[in-house]
Amino acid sequence: MIQKSHECDVLIIGAGGAGLRAAIVAVEHDPGLKVGIVSKVYPMRSHTVSAEGGAAAVIKDFDSFDLHAYDTISGGDWLCDQDAVEVFVSEAPREMIRLEHWGCPWSREESGKVAVRPFGGMKNKRTWYAADKTGFHLLHTLFQTTLKYDGIVRFDEWFVTSLLVDAGRCQGAVVLEMATGKIEAIRAKAVVICTGGGGKVFPYTTNAKIKTGDGMSLAYRAGVPLKDMEFVQYHPTGLPFTGILITEAARAEGGFLLNKDGYRYLQDYDLGKPEPVPVLKSMELGPRDRLSQAFMKEMEKGRTLNGNYGPYVHLDIRHLGKEIINSRLPFVRELCMKYENLDPVEDMIPVRPVVHYMMGGIHTDIEGATPLPGLFAAGECACVSINGANRLGSNSLTELLVFGARAGKSAAQYAKTRNGFSTGLKSIYGDEWNRLQKLYIKKKNGKIRIAEIRDRLHNAMEKGAGIYRSEQSLFESQKIIENLQELSHEIRISDYSSVFNTEIIDALELSCLLDIAESVIQSALCRKESRGSHQRIDFPNRDDRNYLNHSLAYKRPENFPEIRYHPVKITRWPPGERIYGR
Amino acid sequence: MQQQITLEIFRYNPDDKEGPAYKKYEVPFRKDWVILDALNHIKDRIDGTLSFRWSCRMGICGSCGMKVNGNPVLTCASFLEKLAPGPIRIEPLEYFPVIRDLVINMDDFMDNLKKVRSWIIHEKDDNLDEEYLQTPDQLSDYKQYSMCINCMLCYSACPVYGLEPGFMGPAVIALAQRYNMDSRDDGNKLRMDIMNAEGGIWHCTFVGDCSAVCPKNVDPAGAIQRYKLEGARAWWTRWLLPWGKE
Repeated sequence: MIQKSHECDVLIIGAGGAGLRAAIVAVEHDPGLKVGIVSKVYPMRSHTVSAEGGAAAVIKDFDSFDLHAYDTISGGDWLCDQDAVEVFVSEAPREMIRLEHWGCPWSREESGKVAVRPFGGMKNKRTWYAADKTGFHLLHTLFQTTLKYDGIVRFDEWFVTSLLVDAGRCQGAVVLEMATGKIEAIRAKAVVICTGGGGKVFPYTTNAKIKTGDGMSLAYRAGVPLKDMEFVQYHPTGLPFTGILITEAARAEGGFLLNKDGYRYLQDYDLGKPEPVPVLKSMELGPRDRLSQAFMKEMEKGRTLNGNYGPYVHLDIRHLGKEIINSRLPFVRELCMKYENLDPVEDMIPVRPVVHYMMGGIHTDIEGATPLPGLFAAGECACVSINGANRLGSNSLTELLVFGARAGKSAAQYAKTRNGFSTGLKSIYGDEWNRLQKLYIKKKNGKIRIAEIRDRLHNAMEKGAGIYRSEQSLFESQKIIENLQELSHEIRISDYSSVFNTEIIDALELSCLLDIAESVIQSALCRKESRGSHQRIDFPNRDDRNYLNHSLAYKRPENFPEIRYHPVKITRWPPGERIYGR
Repeated sequence: MQQQITLEIFRYNPDDKEGPAYKKYEVPFRKDWVILDALNHIKDRIDGTLSFRWSCRMGICGSCGMKVNGNPVLTCASFLEKLAPGPIRIEPLEYFPVIRDLVINMDDFMDNLKKVRSWIIHEKDDNLDEEYLQTPDQLSDYKQYSMCINCMLCYSACPVYGLEPGFMGPAVIALAQRYNMDSRDDGNKLRMDIMNAEGGIWHCTFVGDCSAVCPKNVDPAGAIQRYKLEGARAWWTRWLLPWGKE
């Protein structure tokens, strides 16, 4: 039954940067509102914690909003909505200062002012940083700040299994409490999804275990389209086995990328000339998509190295010296020493491109609203879009703050226009309860392990929908995904306990991963051009005549999604050439 | 080189009639595997009923703390190779109620974090047009204490936390101190009252194991000692200067 106690004005799903920011805005908008945050992990475990390099916002006299906007738009290969980008760059500084006032330990200049560092694809130094643990500090600052609001109620380690949608609007969610196995409904006048990305559809990724696209899948199943899902960002410098991220800041401070001959190969890919010190928007400070693509070309030429986990190149920061490495890149050193058993002060770091970020996500407008009344989204799970076909490093943390705040405010305003709940919720909850019992909790005689399906999914995505794609590779992967979706009804459940049953959670996450996979593949198949992170070897050029559009993937039962298009909003920057290093 | 290594894992499920027990699992012995990789191997290929928490696998989310051969560690940062030839005993963190298997209940920590007001307290109004100035020196006054990932290893190492039910424990005190020492904060006095009360700093007998096990070098023991000095000073000032000049 539906308990009265589980009722909120605004329910936020996901307790990372965007979710916490949204919660604070909502409760500050009206301290009388009850704001719930439900998350499958404790807030400080959210993946925002892993972000390293920094957060971009114009604050110095030498910089301007227009320059930040232009870098973002050209970096995104003109697929960004320019009205959204203009809002983003202009609201960014106040969001960052607010975080400073809440205690974020930003690195400083001698004068006491906030320091900024260069970053890939950015023409100016505008990246605020807290050494190389920016996401960690940002998340903990936000989380600890939420503790002071009595209007915020948390549901830690509760997993959302579906949205409650009735009478044409979203009115809450059905939730599994992990500690007890109880399935309950949380009714809410407005819901904000802030669950982050879904990098775990790929085998080699910087993404944490929890990044399974749950929130995207929730919206998708409720009929909300997923936008621009074909755009998946590879970060050029991950550790080969673990996918652990070596931050772009390592290159911004002066690190070199070297092939097996010790040669700075980026100079062969129209990214500028090799200089001893970093040059903005050039060479190692080019955008992530171009750097990852250059790696693949080097591999084809046989100029990468080979290790236990496939090809790799070297990231060399030895020449920076111990002092700079310790003060500006301490986490890089710690990660290399603890996880790769090498010291970057003395050794080169083996790196390869690894899946890092999804530019696509739940279709929202500039206020964070989705097409479904009562449902909002922000952060990586959402697509406004300010990131277009390729996100610039250090724009995502800022995006959490700006659009987390916007979505939280929109949700609070919407909630105040609603009085009660529709009567159909009870039966929807009942149906969901039955579905969970049948497919997961009481499932007997399953044939195939969860991990087996996950492994096959990983292979199919890496092979068919990686850095370079073709119609053939995508078709082949699509067939495999189709087969895995059928197999997923046959998963073997061995854990029938109600207490902290992580096998059921794994199974629920797997179903989300399959949704993400089908939307990525179908969107990629339909976009017959190359733009930003989406590179089709059969259509190598950008095609503005036909594809200066966002793709929208709509779920269809028993079929691949329907793809429709939605025009890109251009305000002041007509499509042009992306120029780096010249 | 050996091919396999044995893990002896603490298993407990309140749904079962039987009490806790240790169960043995053989896993491949691989040079690049950490304990967490071995646990995932078990979960994925051998026994899907094993429950544990994990997420980032890079020592920053704080989820995967467990006792390995008696020592509280992050399992994502503990190589099998260093624990060879085995068997390796894996247990939930000490001094916490166990929910199931390797999963502990940390409600107490979450409640205390709120109790000590681990957020910036301003006396002035916010002016969002500019940042507060804070020099690199002022930043370094508290930076170390801001590095806590809430992994709970220090609680598992603290015998006082095990004995004194009301004791807030090392990480919470370090986090309170993190804000006290931040040049932007005005909440020191408020927090001092909480720290001087029952459950606060005076329970600590300075064993120091909290700092020894901290994977992020936060040094909670140092934070507590500094607090005690200030706490004693505040107490004495209150007695000697009853007019409230602190």
